[in-house]
Parts: sequence; structure tokens; C-alpha cells
Amino acid sequence: MAAGVGKSLKERVFHAMCLVATYGCVVILLALVASIFWEASGWLDWQFLTSRPSHDPEKAGVLVPLIGSLWIIGITTLVAVPMGIGAAVYLEEYLSDSLWKSIVQINISNLAGVPSIVYGLLGLVLFVRLMHFGRSILAASLTLALVILPIIIIATQEALRAVPPSIRHASFALGATRWQTVRHQVLPAAMPGIMTGVILSMARALGEAAPLIIVGGVGTMSYTPTSVYHKFMALPTAIYNWSSRPQAEFANVAAAGIVVLLVFLVILNAAAVTIRYRFGKRTQW
Amino acid sequence: MSELEKPMPEISVADAVRDRVHQTANISTSGIKVKATKLSVYYSDKQAVNEVTIDIPERCVTALIGPSGCGKSTFLRCLNRMNDMIDGARIEGEILLDGEDIYSSKTDVVQLRKRVGMVFQKSVPFPKTIFENVVYGPRVAGVRNRNRLMEIAESCLTRAALWDEVHDRLDDSALQLSGGQQQRLCIARALATNPDVLLMDEPASALDPASTARIEDLIFELKERYTIVIVTHNMQQAARVSDKTAFFFQGELIEAGPTTDVFTKPKQKRTEDYITGRFG
Repeated sequence: MAAGVGKSLKERVFHAMCLVATYGCVVILLALVASIFWEASGWLDWQFLTSRPSHDPEKAGVLVPLIGSLWIIGITTLVAVPMGIGAAVYLEEYLSDSLWKSIVQINISNLAGVPSIVYGLLGLVLFVRLMHFGRSILAASLTLALVILPIIIIATQEALRAVPPSIRHASFALGATRWQTVRHQVLPAAMPGIMTGVILSMARALGEAAPLIIVGGVGTMSYTPTSVYHKFMALPTAIYNWSSRPQAEFANVAAAGIVVLLVFLVILNAAAVTIRYRFGKRTQW
Repeated sequence: MSELEKPMPEISVADAVRDRVHQTANISTSGIKVKATKLSVYYSDKQAVNEVTIDIPERCVTALIGPSGCGKSTFLRCLNRMNDMIDGARIEGEILLDGEDIYSSKTDVVQLRKRVGMVFQKSVPFPKTIFENVVYGPRVAGVRNRNRLMEIAESCLTRAALWDEVHDRLDDSALQLSGGQQQRLCIARALATNPDVLLMDEPASALDPASTARIEDLIFELKERYTIVIVTHNMQQAARVSDKTAFFFQGELIEAGPTTDVFTKPKQKRTEDYITGRFG
């Protein structure tokens, strides 16, 4: 009897703890988002989206960092996606199991865990200084490409591994070459998984502040960039800049900037979920 | 539970041999299409096939039988060099296709696989349309003309006895077909590269009895044009469809000969024990 009560008590306590943990997370997240929206309310308007930076919080806008972030995310994707997919295809489809492959694989996994500020320092030395790209969009994009490259490689490898070997064998048995098999069977079948990985890594690149602060600094500029060699402001660095200003109103400007960034991240994540859901249903083995 | 669970009708192997209505192909008069000499296959350190020497007669059905793990599927996969795909696989000995060594350095593996088609145990249609599945071989070989591809699709689907069932839905996904239809689609797909030899690795083991019967009828029709090598676990099936039977055990070829001989008067005790169901 006593044991029975004890068990049910433990059971209930454990249940309650799990419940608290789950809803605790949700409540904290909601509180955070609510406070940001509360601070941003009244500041996030058309004027904010279309204005350049200003010392007057009432006139400050997000246009320059917004355009900067779009440039950076575009170039980063352009560089990192072909390289990442290419590396993953090579590792999965061409390289046979060996010590060398294990070494490369372990290194890629470790690179995915390297703090992004380390990539920032590498980018500063390699792209800004050695390659003389300066504190430009190009240098920032290449640095962020390094940050997300391991993520894309690992996600693509997972997607390629999910394609059953029988599909490859059937293709080879019909006289297809390795390239034809990859091009016509493996990549199309893995594409939803690859796209999901790519979009999530884009979201990661969009939200990165540390490497951009190191490569590009947090200064403001008044023109929108029109070339990869131009200086840049990005959304995360602009938010950092605004939140470190002494005037209290800039906290509201920062909040409005955070909302803009969040909207982009939600759109990207929603796209990833949609692709996974729609194509995941269609292909059954 | 499903169709798959139903047992095959109880017919003894001897009955199946006696009931054969197609004792047309005489393997002693057929030419030799494939000749394997002292073929051994190793997976890393393990030997899977041990010095197998066998002739595969042209335009006949040769059945490879034996218990699981006896090396018959491994042997089959040597004939179109699918074992090349497996890390650590090593091959010794010689296989001649029309007198040419397929493991010679001059052999183009891609060309070889077009001449030696293969149908797998589990049907693996590509997640594409029925049409695209059939014409995949010709497409990767560079055929672009839509009319030509359509002709190939029609003739191959007809030969695989599938045309009547799918001719009005060639653009539907191949994954919507039933298991038996998918397997016939895979046969049609293999025929589209215009092979001489067709390798079948337990092509009916995952199918219900009705679909199995269709595949067997099809094999009987196909041997008019193609040399067929089939791996099967089903004694009745080997007896029904094949002209020549080869019994493998523990990587070695124990006995090979005309199917009627192997099944009615086996020379080796182990062959007799296996086909009468004493082990395996």
C-alpha cells in the first residue's frame, strides 16, 4: 500500500516536473517575444523600413542593414551551397570508406561545432587582410560561407544517405555512369532534405552577429551597398549597435530591428518545414 | 495476412518437372553465352564463391539454386560486375561473355551492364513516371528523340507483359503500381538497354502466387530472345522455368546440368538432399 502510494507520488512529481519544464520554456519564449513586440510597437512602421541610419532615434531606419543582410545572405548562399553539396556528394558517392574519409568526416563534424567568432577571426586575416577584400560584403559573405559550410555538408550527407542504395544499384545495372546516377537519381531524391538543410543554414547565417562584427565592425553608414566590395551593415550588427547606444529610445529601435530579423527567420523556417512536409509525403520507398 | 503469406500450392518437384510443357530448349545444342572458369569471390577475408566453373547456355534459362548464403547471388552479381560496387570485394578467375573477358582492363563496365541486364529481388522503381522508368537506360545512353523513346517504351512494356495494363497511364508515378506490376516494370526497364543476357535475383520472391505465375510465364517467353540466369529459393520455380540448373553449396558449385537430370537423377548426395527438402 505504502509502496503503491510512493510510486504514484513519484510518478506525479515526475509528471509535474516535465510539465513545468515544457511550459516553462514556452512561457519564457512567449515573454521574450512579447516584450520585444511591446518595445517595438509604435516604432516598427514604414518609415522605419525605408529610412537610413540616423542619430535621431525617431528618424532611424533599418533599410541599410536590411539591404546589407540580403546581399550577404545571397552571396553566402551562392558560395556555400555548391561547395557544400559538392563536398557531400564527393564524400558519400565517390570516396570509399577509408581512414582518410574518417579523418575528413571527423574534421567536418568538428568544424560544425567551432564558435562562429573563430571563423570571424579567420575571415579577418584571410579575406580582409591577406586577400585585400577589405571590410566588404564579399569578405563577410565568404566568412559566413565558412560558418555554414559544415552544416550544409552534414545535412546533405544525411539526405544522400537516406536514398536507398538499391536505387543506385538499379541505376548502375542499367548502364548509367556514377555521374548520371548522382544527377538523375540520387540528387533529385535527396533534394528535399538538401533544401531543408540549406534553408536552415541560411537562417543561421542571417542571425550571426559575431563574425560580422569582427569582419565589418558595427559602424553605421548612410548609403545602401550596390557592390560586393562595398562596406555593409547587417541586421544583427545594427541591432547590436542600437542596443549599445545611450539614448533609451534606441532600445525601441533595436526591438523593431529584432522583429524584422525574426520575421525573416520565421519565413525561412516555414519554407524549410513546408518543403520537408510536401516532398516527404511524395517520395516513399 | 496478405497474399504473400499464402503457401504455394503443394506440388512435388518431380511433378513440376514432369508437367513442364516447354522442353524446347536443348542446352546441349545451344551455344555457350557465358563461361565462368575457376571464379572465386572474396568479401574482405571471407570467401563467398570458391572456384566455380560453369557454362551458361545461350537463349536458355539457367537456374542457380542453393541455401541462403551459398554464393549464388554473389556469383550472379559477378556476371555484370555489380560486385565492383562493394568495398573490399575481390574476384579471381575468369568470366567470358561471348568469348571476351569481362574483367579485363579493356572492358567498359557501363557497356557491359547494358549487355547484361539485371532484375533485383526487391523491385526498385525510380520515383519517376512509368515512362521515365522504362526509358532510363536509353536516356543515359544518349537517346533523346521522344518518338524513339516512345517506341522503346512500348516494345519493352509489351515484352514484359505490362503494356496493356499501363499504356493509358505512362505518365503516372511508377510507385503507384502493384508489387507484381513494379517487378514487370523493372524487367521492361532492363530490356530497354537491349541486353543479350538477363540476370534475375529472386525476381518473384516478394510476390503473391498469381504475380509469380505471370513472371514465370514471362521468363519462358523472354528466353526466345535472351539468355536468362535466375537465382531462386523456390525448387518448383527452378524446375518449372529453367533448362539448366546449378546447385551451389557453401560457395562451391556442387552440380550443374539439364534441369530434368538435376531434379530427377542428381549425381550428388547433397543435391538430392537439398531438392528433396532434407536441408536448406
